[in-house]
Amino acid sequence: MHHTRKEVTLWSIALAVVLVYCLIPVVWIISLSLKKPEDIADQKFLPSSISLENYEQVFSEGAFTAALRNSIGIALLATIISIVLAAMAAYAITRLEFTGKALILSGALAIAMFPPISIVGSLFDMWRRIGLFDTWLGLIIPYMTFTLPLAIYTLSAFFREIPWDLDKAAQVDRATPWQAFTKVMVPLAAPGVFTAAILVFIFAWNDFLFAIVLTSTDASRTVPAALAFFTGGSQFTDPTGAIAAAAVVVTIPIIIMVLVFQRRIVAGLTAGAVKG
Amino acid sequence: MADIVFDNVTKRYPDGYEAVKGINLEIADGEFMILVGPSGCGKSTALNMIAGLEDISEGELRIGGEVVNDKAPRDRDIAMVFQSYALYPHMTVRQNMAFPLTIVKTPKEEVTRRVEEAAELLDLKQHLDRKPSQLSGGQRQRVAMGRAIVRDPKAFLMDEPLSNLDAKLRVQMRTSVARLQDQLGTTMVYVTHDQTEAMTLGDRVAIMRAGELQQVGTPMELYNQPVNLFVAGFIGSPSMNFLPATLEGDTLKLPMADVQLPRERREAMGRIDESKPLIAGIRPEDFEDAGVVGGNGGTTFKTRIDVLEAMGSEFYAHFTIDAAKEELGSSEELRELQADAGGDAPGGGFDVVARLDQTSSARPKQESEIWINTEKIQIFDPESGRNLGVAAKSSKS
Repeated sequence: MHHTRKEVTLWSIALAVVLVYCLIPVVWIISLSLKKPEDIADQKFLPSSISLENYEQVFSEGAFTAALRNSIGIALLATIISIVLAAMAAYAITRLEFTGKALILSGALAIAMFPPISIVGSLFDMWRRIGLFDTWLGLIIPYMTFTLPLAIYTLSAFFREIPWDLDKAAQVDRATPWQAFTKVMVPLAAPGVFTAAILVFIFAWNDFLFAIVLTSTDASRTVPAALAFFTGGSQFTDPTGAIAAAAVVVTIPIIIMVLVFQRRIVAGLTAGAVKG
Repeated sequence: MADIVFDNVTKRYPDGYEAVKGINLEIADGEFMILVGPSGCGKSTALNMIAGLEDISEGELRIGGEVVNDKAPRDRDIAMVFQSYALYPHMTVRQNMAFPLTIVKTPKEEVTRRVEEAAELLDLKQHLDRKPSQLSGGQRQRVAMGRAIVRDPKAFLMDEPLSNLDAKLRVQMRTSVARLQDQLGTTMVYVTHDQTEAMTLGDRVAIMRAGELQQVGTPMELYNQPVNLFVAGFIGSPSMNFLPATLEGDTLKLPMADVQLPRERREAMGRIDESKPLIAGIRPEDFEDAGVVGGNGGTTFKTRIDVLEAMGSEFYAHFTIDAAKEELGSSEELRELQADAGGDAPGGGFDVVARLDQTSSARPKQESEIWINTEKIQIFDPESGRNLGVAAKSSKS
């Protein structure tokens, strides 16, 4: 396509505006995290002198490192279990004819539309009774509940793109249904698997509501919840700098995760399977 | 290696549609059998039933004497080449061809040996480490064949394996498929909608229409003794010309000429009412320029050539015979043949194609005298579609 000079200029301006709008809060948080505690209220956008004091403070507190460990563990486990279950469910939904298929799909979507706040109270009571309160599993289960529908939807869209002939070829080539699934279908749906994985991971990583309600100690408190318990250096100092530093630290894994998986999301992976 | 037997096999879908209607077919061990018919005739369904990819609603399917109705595809030990090739795009050619072996934990050395052998046979050695997306259509097709032959299965099933290739490559691959089957000596069932492929490839050809088997026989049997209108029209290219006719004694009255039928041909047809409308079928090569044949009997008629196609070794002369189309009756088979051939010619009358010798003096837009080989005229009953000159031994029912 050919663009005129005017079009290019207009698009560039529009992009720049959006980019600035999105990045200002991020830059601001980074700037705050690099300021000395006494400079926090100096009303300057960029720090006058750069210090890593806030980062040192954050990591010197055991609570934050414990929370980081919990966050990573819980988010990873929730992602893995969710994706494994979602892949199997999505494959069944795209390839099998069974009664109640539409019901399952719409039911799953209905769950995802539920406001989490409406169930968190009863979940709190239930988890206390059955001993899931303040455990990793106690958070993994609700995370899966809310991410599975989305993962199933994403994955079934990808499975639907895979030609049926490949299933048939695998069957004739003596593969068991499980082998056909793991050796042919999942590798081909890899872009979908990674897309879904990123979505699930981000949901679990960023969740605040379940984390604050269903945890009480360092045993399972995740970073978003732990941030709320941050205190300043003294009773009279504001923890803003420390919170900003912690916020920067928790963003890094997400960025790494997205960058790594983005490379795997290559379009056209099925090219060459069938004619054309 | 094994024989494959369809014993009254029916495929009925949940909505009641019958794709395959009680077919009986015996495919001998090592035989090259072609299933041919227009699209929607049930040939692919029949093939999928052998593979186990479609359930059998009624009847029995036996491979090597064993009933396989309820066996999963992987337990039937058959290999299949799909129309779309269905290569695994994330695997290299080597991995693709090794897949049926590695999946059942064949020892590594044997896998390597067999893949190399198959690659040698199909001329794929230099492509073994490439991905399917880097290959041309013909190479992909060969990989699909390679994946089937590494296994030494009981039978090969081919579902229109050449239909995605361009015309030249198709002819070339056709020869190599025939040679491959001959080399391996394994039973092969080959589905195609292309009558040329069917004629040139198989030991025997089974023609299907609307889920029913029409005729099974060698290519020449089907060509010379078609049991009904459908087989007659489907086999042969250009296809057989159909014209309305009536019989008076031994004389067949065609729109353009009266033809004296040889006595034994007339007797073979049995009793036919004088006024009964019939359909006469004449293949293009059973016409000839009267000048080429000389005066050695037979019937001739004069007509104006509309179009003359020079093929080099011969001419295809198109001319119109005036007769009301309704005289052919409303045969379902004829209508289906026309649809398959891409619709009917516009205008009244019948467009007839004659194959003339290259020495013919026929010129387009000019009157020519055409000779008919009366020995070869086929006569059909418009109602049943049956060929009245062929005993109904291997026909349907």
